[in-house]
Amino acid sequence: MSVDDATYEIVRREDFSDVTYLLEVRVPLLALAAQPGQFVIVMSHAEGERIPLTIADFDREAGTITLVVQAVGKTTKEMQRDLVAGSHLYAVVGPMGEPSHLDAKKVVCVGGGLGVAPVYPQARAFKEAGAYVIGVIGFRNKDLVFWEDKFRAVCDEFIICSDDGSVGIKGLVTKGIEQAVAEHTDIDRVIAIGPPIMMKACADLTRPLEIQTIVSLNPIMIDGTGMCGGCRVKVGGTTKFACVDGPEFDGHQVDFDDLMSRLRRFRGDEQIALERWQRSCAASSATAAD
Amino acid sequence: MQERAPEERIRGFMEVACGYTPDEAIRESERCLFCPDQPCVRGCPVGIDIPGFIQLIGEKDFRGAFDVLSDTTLLPAVCGRVCPQETQCEEVCTIGDTLEPVAIGRLERWVGDMAIAEGWATSQDIEPNGLKVAIVGSGPAGTACAADMAKAGCAVTVFEAFQQPGGVLRYGIPDFRLPNEVVDAEIAKLARLGITFRCNALVGRLFTIEQLFGEMGFDAVFIGTGAGTPTFTDIPGESLNGVVSANELLTRSNLMRARDFPGHDTPLGIGKRVAVIGAGNTAMDAMRSCLRLGAETVMCVYRRSRVEAPARAEELHHAEQEGIDFRWLTEPVAILDDGKGGVRALKVRRMELGEPDASGRRRPVPVPGSETEIECDTVVFAIGTNANAILGQTSRIELDPRGYIKADADLATSIDGVFAGGDIVTGAATVIEAMGAGRKAAASMKRYLGLTAGDAPYDSEPLDATLFGFASHQRGFARVVAA
Repeated sequence: MSVDDATYEIVRREDFSDVTYLLEVRVPLLALAAQPGQFVIVMSHAEGERIPLTIADFDREAGTITLVVQAVGKTTKEMQRDLVAGSHLYAVVGPMGEPSHLDAKKVVCVGGGLGVAPVYPQARAFKEAGAYVIGVIGFRNKDLVFWEDKFRAVCDEFIICSDDGSVGIKGLVTKGIEQAVAEHTDIDRVIAIGPPIMMKACADLTRPLEIQTIVSLNPIMIDGTGMCGGCRVKVGGTTKFACVDGPEFDGHQVDFDDLMSRLRRFRGDEQIALERWQRSCAASSATAAD
Repeated sequence: MQERAPEERIRGFMEVACGYTPDEAIRESERCLFCPDQPCVRGCPVGIDIPGFIQLIGEKDFRGAFDVLSDTTLLPAVCGRVCPQETQCEEVCTIGDTLEPVAIGRLERWVGDMAIAEGWATSQDIEPNGLKVAIVGSGPAGTACAADMAKAGCAVTVFEAFQQPGGVLRYGIPDFRLPNEVVDAEIAKLARLGITFRCNALVGRLFTIEQLFGEMGFDAVFIGTGAGTPTFTDIPGESLNGVVSANELLTRSNLMRARDFPGHDTPLGIGKRVAVIGAGNTAMDAMRSCLRLGAETVMCVYRRSRVEAPARAEELHHAEQEGIDFRWLTEPVAILDDGKGGVRALKVRRMELGEPDASGRRRPVPVPGSETEIECDTVVFAIGTNANAILGQTSRIELDPRGYIKADADLATSIDGVFAGGDIVTGAATVIEAMGAGRKAAASMKRYLGLTAGDAPYDSEPLDATLFGFASHQRGFARVVAA
């Protein structure tokens, strides 16, 4: 076991759409340690910010982890532009957070949008642990779908939903959950990963049904080691740090409104950074065209 | 020693204290009485030969002064800046009975800075002994232990979770007190001793303490992870945007360079009117950083009075000079929201001092009916830190009831071959105390590994009865470095 393996090379890049992309990163030690439910923090360059990303897959033999990123702000758009196969991240640290508990017998793994990626290793791990796995994944439309084949390979049942009905059930992932619970009375856990509003809807749906529902939270954080407290979330009326107490929590106890408000904390700064970056991109492409 | 004027220095992060000129340093060194009982040496947590290095400054043998310092401290440029000298060496200085004590800290800093400028290093022939030592955490405790073990001939790897080494010296202490270039220079000195720094390594999660011994082949481990988990108070409104820990604020500003946003990508997130809760060194750092980061008003809200404030005298003095609005005997009761998820005001009440409490300080008691509101948009909690949970979560190491690592008088932990020291054992303390703990653990680790060469003062102490004890029979105590 060598400690000098840290070059953070991108060995594969795949684009799922014009905003969603996959990065497979060589981090042999980290790939050995990674468990479903955990996350990493990456920096793309020395002046960059630390951004938390849930581990979407890991390959211990190849020594790689897979991250799926949505280009929404300055950092993730810049990464989309710059990180091609053979390039390097500046830093990757992890795995962080408590691993998932894989002790359910019949489980619904729900992924919405970008949450589809991190719920995949859980579906696979539950399958390997002998559980009956129902996959429910949702996208806005057919063009955004990814990893359908990977899910089908590890799920006993698979339901795909789309907002516009262009693929699978028309509607949100909650429709898929409703369908699953109508057909199975013995579901003992729902895992829901996606935007906070989606996880909140899932938790609201399963609360009266008394099905344990685990959600994975991705609040704003810096270090990911319990040191800044920026990631504090309200769970069951007490304050928890998502990075070390989570990132997975009982969805029926999470204060999603608090989480969503806190995620808007830097909206102004995020806008400034993005606009400044887009101006500099426009300026440099104009120069290149001359 | 010259200081930058308050109105000049709050416009940036340049260091407040300019440092001595050579003439100033020599003149100050001549104030030392070289008294025979050397109270200053006893007042120093690591026992630096203070009269020894001061005498050499007076003789203009600056390199010699550096070598004397280097016998006991690794980071003179750091400790000269951040040690609380007024409660250590300078407090007991004989001349201080009647006049100002000798400015030991400033002299130490001056020698340390000269060593950096001149590229001096304590070069010595290190004979490799084939033993591997892992250090968890690259702050003052970890680097002190690392240096002693490297000098003893061990192959030392320091693991750091952040992207750059230095621990609290890097992320916590702002540049106006300790410039990052000084940290870089001191770390480079350690790298020249052959120490490997492995950043982005979160020990406990990337691999466990137990794996360090087995698969990774280390012979001994030192844990110096510090007490980094910030405390909040559970008053209403803590989750509002605009409420942050001092750790978060300082990490954004110092390590992530949020003060250069958007030139650096990390945003800072402070407003125009900042209330900092607490009056320790971290609170002073947070307040003085906010002033430099564009806040118009920065208030210190503390429930006791100025006398009880735990900050170093110099930091408090600098903060007052720079125009911090101190609200002594004021306790926060609630943080009020602005209706948009942010902060509108801090609700506080007046306190008065009652009978002394367990800490010996007079207990603050609320004055009935004294509640008022302080208008602000940012609230910073600087009321202390707790043990980090990760190593406890991921290993079988024994913790005390508060979550700190249990260590005996020799800083041995419940796991054979694992030592711990600094804030993760004692709770939050000072840089020099953490360095002292790192050196003490190194002395114990050498005994554990059967190394007897080249030791600092701590080795003179006999091995006491210990909580966890050494398993010396398992480790070939006779393993001595061949001369």
